[in-house]
Amino acid sequence: MSSQQRDAAIVGIYEYPLRTVGPEASSLRIKAECAIRALEDAGLTLKDVDALYEAGEEGAVHAGIPSLPEYLGLHVGIADTTMAGGASYEFQAAHAKRAIASGKANVALLTYGSTLRRGGTALGSSGRSYAAGYPHPVVNMEEPWGLTLVGDYAMVANRHMHQYGTTSAQLAEISVAARLHGTRNPQAVQAMTDLQFKGTGEITIEEVLNSRVIADPLHMLECCMISDGGGAVVIASPEVARGCKEKPVWVLGGGEAIKYPENADDITFSAAARSGPMAFGEAGVSPGEVDVAMLYDSFTITVLTVLEDLGFCRKGEGGQFVQGGRLRFDAEAKPALNTDGGGLSSNHPGMRGIFLLIEATRQMRGQSTSQVAGARLAVASGMGGRLGSRHAAGTIVLGID
Amino acid sequence: MADIPRPLPNLHELDTQPFWQATKQHELRYQVCNDCQGVVFYPRRHCPHCMSFDLRWEQSKGEGAVYTYTIIRQIGHPVFRARQPYAVALIDLDEGFRLMSHVIVAKEDVDTVKIGQRVRLDWEDYDEVSLPVFRPA
Repeated sequence: MSSQQRDAAIVGIYEYPLRTVGPEASSLRIKAECAIRALEDAGLTLKDVDALYEAGEEGAVHAGIPSLPEYLGLHVGIADTTMAGGASYEFQAAHAKRAIASGKANVALLTYGSTLRRGGTALGSSGRSYAAGYPHPVVNMEEPWGLTLVGDYAMVANRHMHQYGTTSAQLAEISVAARLHGTRNPQAVQAMTDLQFKGTGEITIEEVLNSRVIADPLHMLECCMISDGGGAVVIASPEVARGCKEKPVWVLGGGEAIKYPENADDITFSAAARSGPMAFGEAGVSPGEVDVAMLYDSFTITVLTVLEDLGFCRKGEGGQFVQGGRLRFDAEAKPALNTDGGGLSSNHPGMRGIFLLIEATRQMRGQSTSQVAGARLAVASGMGGRLGSRHAAGTIVLGID
Repeated sequence: MADIPRPLPNLHELDTQPFWQATKQHELRYQVCNDCQGVVFYPRRHCPHCMSFDLRWEQSKGEGAVYTYTIIRQIGHPVFRARQPYAVALIDLDEGFRLMSHVIVAKEDVDTVKIGQRVRLDWEDYDEVSLPVFRPA
């Protein structure tokens, strides 16, 4: 661990507590509230921020000029609107680390807000892509087939099962672990209550397998929820971090990659097979050392694929790896998975990547509701887009002194 | 709700226009690069393998195998909801390109679709295009 560069640290976090918002909330307001609360958590102010990162979902008031600096009242040099779906915030954290390390920024703010649930979008099963109607070759080749977002991920699961003998019972372990952690997180319990889950207690593998199949082989309890929500993260230079309220959680490494369908491609590998080694290489750590893995759980197969691609186990061995409850926060073996409850049991307002960074930071601070004893290293790996077709993977390695 | 049509390709889209125009004649076309002989799919103007702009169109025999698939059992779109459950698949054509399509079987036989299964091209006709679909060979 000698090569770890301590050139940027997470010093502030905030997770919006509500998963079902009323008419007084908007994505802009949630972004602003989360930004202010995360800065308060750090002991900083809006005036300290010199770099802003957000996914630009609000669009621009005038030709491409980001509107959020004005709304927040920031005078920033860097206004980065990198959009990589659910991986946006891991991409942005990597960018913030580079900007700070090169001396171009001292305090970077990442913020996210969404009212996806209130908007009534059936993201997983509508059968429409974001780009529907827009003349693009991909839309032309794929839109006529009625492939849902769930179905896209399900095609990876079917191929994984065919190629490696993975079973639905193995995939269900991921849902069971997430739910256990969700039951220990009051915000997650409230979320499941507000979203009218049939039950908010622990679930069994059998219950997952007995839930309705949405797109073979994925069952309802293998699919994340649709909620409202938001969050913010503040990343600062070592000089700033030393004066903040909480101990610095170092951004040790970052990696970004894009993958898309190709003829003769093996879709059981994701872009995380490239973003992971990039992040671990920069951090100077190996997957075996990682205490906590915050992996985007849009669906169970997303987690299984990324566990393999990041190198926690070999490709094809993910099914065996997750068996026997080893993903629990209190298991002997590392790493613990999605200790806040994940998208499966805590929140999913559309782009969950920021919560991976937030919960990984809580673990490093010792503040998780499913705290892993002695945790010193965490990985947050976001996945945006569609696993079976084009997607983005962003991986961040975090650690403490 | 019934008058919401099935999403169909936009024939003004430049790169895939020749592909979709050929479907009216029930021809399944793909591109080959004249410089590197690489197969290019989906269609476009340049070769992503070797940076050439010299591509030719070839016609597929329409025979291939299921690379992977899923059975859609819940979808919001009314046209597809009326068809569910149905199999969406990635088909590996013998010429070396992969495309998304349906494997057409009776609803009660939907569980017979399998990875590696050999399939053969068929067509579903619409006004301006035909959709290339596959049936068990």
